[in-house]
Amino acid sequence: MARKKKEMPELNGAGMSDISFLLLCFFLMTSSMDQSMGIHRVLPPIPPPDQKIENQIKGHNVLQVLVDGQDRLSVNAKVMDLSDLKDAAKEFILNPTNDPSKSTKKDEEIPGVGMYKVSEAVISLQNVRSTSYEAYLRVQDELTKAYNELRDEAAREIFGRKFADLDNAQRDAITKIYRQRISESPPKDTRKNKN
Amino acid sequence: MAKFTGKKGKKLAGFSTASMGDIVFILLFFFMVTTTMRETEVKVRTEVPKASELVKLDRKDLTVYINIGPPIASEQARYGTDTRIQLNDSFKTVDDIRNFIAAFREGLDEKDRPYMTTALKIDKETKMGVVSDVKEELRRCQALKIMYNAIKAE
Repeated sequence: MARKKKEMPELNGAGMSDISFLLLCFFLMTSSMDQSMGIHRVLPPIPPPDQKIENQIKGHNVLQVLVDGQDRLSVNAKVMDLSDLKDAAKEFILNPTNDPSKSTKKDEEIPGVGMYKVSEAVISLQNVRSTSYEAYLRVQDELTKAYNELRDEAAREIFGRKFADLDNAQRDAITKIYRQRISESPPKDTRKNKN
Repeated sequence: MAKFTGKKGKKLAGFSTASMGDIVFILLFFFMVTTTMRETEVKVRTEVPKASELVKLDRKDLTVYINIGPPIASEQARYGTDTRIQLNDSFKTVDDIRNFIAAFREGLDEKDRPYMTTALKIDKETKMGVVSDVKEELRRCQALKIMYNAIKAE
């Protein structure tokens, strides 16, 4: 009888799970899962009022993309389906046949790569006030896709790797070769600037 | 026979729930790490469009959010169904963006200010007129880095 060990009273852990369930519920209610993802853009700064506006970009270097009030897409005044926009933009920027009606190339010194023929293409994106945001963003998405694919191709050609696998210096070089040049002007029927 | 009768006195081993708390705690930590606190109550419907070329937003603390869309059902009695701009917790106009951006920029560290990004959460049925006005106002506020929020298209 004296041998019998007195057992420690066991701590009841059942309540702990209830407490942590409550905490869990609190976090589920107050937090949101959504990861902010999207398409990044940099707006052009407002030019100083005394700056002279010069039309430096030659007409054949500009790809006119217009989304009208019925969300129809036209490229260089020709109606186009959204699914064709990416290839049209790529072809316009690359201009593999050196078509004089498409963009020209200029030799430019790219650090880490050397002289490279950089396309001078600019994509001008125009919309009206009644264009829907969805149509606008789809077009932006397709144009981004065109640039991303061009960068990927250039990265494979020069460095033999995908753009995503490059290091920072290489990535900068590729970005210099295919700089995203999407110019947007405010809708023509926009309200007048106040200042 | 003794072989069978011997079992009668034994009790079934108790089912220990002590580890359940640990499991729930792991769940809790998972949610705490993967989610972010909801700072503002969203009063407009922002069903963002789908896109494929998405980039993650890297610095959430340097991001200011502008929601644009029609008021949600419970607010429609007071504010109608027209497209509205929500800054923080209330409906504002394009002209209020200037102060809103300035206030946010004031709160940032000096060295972080150039990296400030404006995330535009815009409902897909919004007309571009409003969006252009907001963009023009952002240009005037020198808040040039913007991001159009979208969700991944399958």
